[in-house]
Amino acid sequence: MSHAHEHVSNTKRIWMVFALLSVVTTVEVYLGIIRPSFLFMNNFLSMNLLNWVFILLTLYKAYYIVWAFMHMEGEKSSLRWSVVATVIFLVLYLLFILLVEADYVFEVFKNSTIKWNF
Amino acid sequence: MGATVTTGNNTENTWGGGNEPMGASYGKLMMWFFIVSDALTFSGFLAAYGFSRFKFIDNWPIADEVFTHFPFLHGVEAPMYYVALMTFILIFSSVTMVLAVDAGHNMKQKKVAFYMLLTILGGLIFVGSQAWEWKNFIKGEFGAVETKGGSIIQFVNKEGERVKLADFVEHLPGQREALTRDKGKWFMKDEESIPTYTVAEVQASFKAHTELLIRTEKIYRDTAEDRANKKLEPGLNQNKKREILTRAESEIMVANGAAVVEGANLKHNEYGSKLFADFFFFITGFHGFHVFSGVVINFIIFLNVVLGTYEKRRNYEMVEKVGLYWHFVDLVWVFVFTFFYLV
Repeated sequence: MSHAHEHVSNTKRIWMVFALLSVVTTVEVYLGIIRPSFLFMNNFLSMNLLNWVFILLTLYKAYYIVWAFMHMEGEKSSLRWSVVATVIFLVLYLLFILLVEADYVFEVFKNSTIKWNF
Repeated sequence: MGATVTTGNNTENTWGGGNEPMGASYGKLMMWFFIVSDALTFSGFLAAYGFSRFKFIDNWPIADEVFTHFPFLHGVEAPMYYVALMTFILIFSSVTMVLAVDAGHNMKQKKVAFYMLLTILGGLIFVGSQAWEWKNFIKGEFGAVETKGGSIIQFVNKEGERVKLADFVEHLPGQREALTRDKGKWFMKDEESIPTYTVAEVQASFKAHTELLIRTEKIYRDTAEDRANKKLEPGLNQNKKREILTRAESEIMVANGAAVVEGANLKHNEYGSKLFADFFFFITGFHGFHVFSGVVINFIIFLNVVLGTYEKRRNYEMVEKVGLYWHFVDLVWVFVFTFFYLV
């Protein structure tokens, strides 16, 4: 028995996801070119709003690639969570440590008497 | 069939093999294991990039100013368009891959082969595009001078627009040329290629062109402190752009020049922070290597599809497995695109 369950062709959904990813990428590029100042010049958690928009749109795209293209939506939830939760936890942990530390190093450089721009 | 594809419907013998703990076959589960570890590798690289960027947040190159080329549009500033095109190519090759997997589920050999072929083509076009991007990055466009302090200074005109070295620097008589082996000792290697201009030439030409100013690596933040800074040229500095110095300060900077930098390598680059080029080469290179190996693996599977291996097996799961890898490569690019070009 080669098929545990019957597969139906879902090309329609594939093209829908492609359209969605294309639209999101276009929006990203458009925002990247015009850089609207109400997003670019305002900060949230010491990063400008435009960057937050980019990161959220990227995560949105990543969700669709993993769920639709890599067919994560069809896997058992045990597999789903062993992959997704592991990666999300470790990445957040790594980012938290490195970025906080980098910000600290930046402050040290900035407030010290080190001169670099000469 | 049992040797390569585990179907695992036997419940009679738990330890006898053929079990599917998470409802996925052995091969698919292993591919997921690999993807998780590879995802963490890339996360490590991107987090290291983030670390360096946050550490040098006040003098990190602005991607819009670095990646401005588009094929057949010489001299036209087209930030982002090219890399957006590359992103579309990769997303589209992901779509053809998932269509191949879908056709495999329905046991349509010809369709699988066709979509696999499109995927391979997309991958090759992407790798080629990346090579072109690297070429432009390595070659550079404007040229810059590295000071004794190790920072990069770039040349701008009265309007604050970039000026190429070639547009104002003139050769002085009696310049040195690169030493090659045929003129040296037998044990020598050829000298590394030397820049088109020497520091002395740039300094002399800068003195002659009084309209030129210097742009440093430092980013202008438009704070009260920045506005009161007497070293900056009034009227030219914009928020979140690089600082432009007054003529007097520019002359001091140019007098401090230590080397002429054209383009980029792992030690120097004309764009600014040295780490920027290192991370660019390393991360896009590692991703490009993944795309390349993806193309090779896809090609092997494509041959198997054409030869009818999976038709005989009555199972196209191999296509699904390489599909997972290919989508992962696309997924990584989505993040690289964001953190290198957009953010």
